Amino acid sequence: MAVSVDPIDGTAMKAQFPLLSREVHGKPIVYLDSAATSQKPLAVLDAMDDYYRTINSNVHRGVYMIAEEATNRMEIARALVRDFLGARSSSEIIFTKNATEALNLVAQGWGRANLVAGDVVVLSHMEHHANIVPWHMLVAEIGIELRWIPLDNEGRLDLTELDTLLNGAKVLSVTAMSNVLGTMNPVRALTDAARKAGAISIIDGCQSVPHSVTNVQELGADFVAFSGHKMCGPTGIGVLYGREELLEAMPPFLGGGEMIRDVRLDGFTTNDLPWKFEAGTPPIAEIIGLGAAVEWLNGVGMDNVRAHEIALTEYTISTLHERFGDRIRIHGPSSLAERGGVFSFDFDGLHPHDISQVLDQHAVCVRAGHHCAKPLMKLLGIGATARASVYVYNDTADIDALADALDATGAFFTL
Amino acid sequence: MPGLEDLYREIILDHYRNPRNRGELETPPALRVEGFNPLCGDEIVLYLDFDANGGVADIRISGQGCSISQSSASMMSAAVKGKSVAEIDELTRAFKAMMSIHENTLEGAETAEPIDAPDVKLGDLEALRGVVKFPVRIKCATLAWNTLAQGIEEASA
Repeated sequence: MAVSVDPIDGTAMKAQFPLLSREVHGKPIVYLDSAATSQKPLAVLDAMDDYYRTINSNVHRGVYMIAEEATNRMEIARALVRDFLGARSSSEIIFTKNATEALNLVAQGWGRANLVAGDVVVLSHMEHHANIVPWHMLVAEIGIELRWIPLDNEGRLDLTELDTLLNGAKVLSVTAMSNVLGTMNPVRALTDAARKAGAISIIDGCQSVPHSVTNVQELGADFVAFSGHKMCGPTGIGVLYGREELLEAMPPFLGGGEMIRDVRLDGFTTNDLPWKFEAGTPPIAEIIGLGAAVEWLNGVGMDNVRAHEIALTEYTISTLHERFGDRIRIHGPSSLAERGGVFSFDFDGLHPHDISQVLDQHAVCVRAGHHCAKPLMKLLGIGATARASVYVYNDTADIDALADALDATGAFFTL
Repeated sequence: MPGLEDLYREIILDHYRNPRNRGELETPPALRVEGFNPLCGDEIVLYLDFDANGGVADIRISGQGCSISQSSASMMSAAVKGKSVAEIDELTRAFKAMMSIHENTLEGAETAEPIDAPDVKLGDLEALRGVVKFPVRIKCATLAWNTLAQGIEEASA
């Protein structure tokens, strides 16, 4: 078996993640569901704890010292995210609740201001519901038309008709990486094609931003959405990157405090970017936690994260195929260069819920279900899959534990 | 700690491997009704032939799902076939009561009113009692029953 060089010792990495030292059903936990949410390193937990213990106060309001410290800490986090994404300005970093809210912000903010009946939005067959339903809502509200980029038989985007699909389109909104298939899409080629067609491009970066280097300028995307909790940060915080010109021209999404410059009895004027889109008291501890996660990931190095996951992906696919042969089918591309560490699989014809239930008894945590991608499930001709996914703290022992538990699952149901 | 044997009783695995009343009925006269469990992608399709009084004369099941949803549907089909609306209603309430008592205690709602559980024999369906120890799977066990209730309601509407 060819082995890629792995710059990260996943086993040693576990020590930084308190949860990974716990046991489940009397066995050490094997956490293989990072595509759903990642575990949190001590650095992130400490940063949030420290905020509440030492500087808890509202931001952008108080003139006293701890309020200023909280505001600074929050804006430092924004700058960290800006640099992490290679964005030009902090004005382009909007904090949201999660990627879902970020995508809704674009659909409701940009979409309602710029789309009229008959306008075309191009999506793909591998989108998460978060990048489908907001557009369906505009179909109902405005009467826009949706077009869908199909997939090839390895679960990659079939781009042969891309220019035709984009012809006359106003928006291209696609994921950078499938949360079901692990497919990593050629984002730059997609945004180039969109720009040529006169469409804006929106990238769902939920599965890509936590796992590889992201440079929004090199990607050529107008908007990029992602969640903090999948990248070692807390829940309740997501990011919308948007090109400044587009954000400036957009009407606000939510109205309230913080997003205004002036409010009168007869109207209001909006605050500057990025606060124009951040109505109400923000999730301050979560923003600080996300900043700490970015710093932590910078310390590891995103190139190293990707290299580690390529090595683990190679190990996972070869181990599962060697041990189970035709009993297992792993969805998605076979080429390591085109996929991330997400493995949706069918095993022994068993329902994913039954698989994950037995795996749980072996302390192996995997996701079972449709992964919020029902159109893709329908295309694959299945109701659900079991899905294992890896991150920086996983190691080959975790994959061996998965394989052992699958062995036991097969034995249990064929008794 | 509940073990797998609490969930996957032998009789459940038997109904899973050898589902009863699997197939379809011609529509019409049969009523076709679909149920989904959005959490896990289980889907069930019931075909129901009603007698003159609204009872279930015949039933077939298709669709796909986990061993719990499939075996529950299989056991349900055996239990309700040939039964009157009143008998089915009683069975449904008894089954739901079995599935929900534990839900209440899990949430610590000691004052929760116990669901009115009719005194009927559940037979094979008793094997599903262990499902309540695995709260996320309760929806799998009740899917077929909710779909049946929907079908009976549609038929009487």
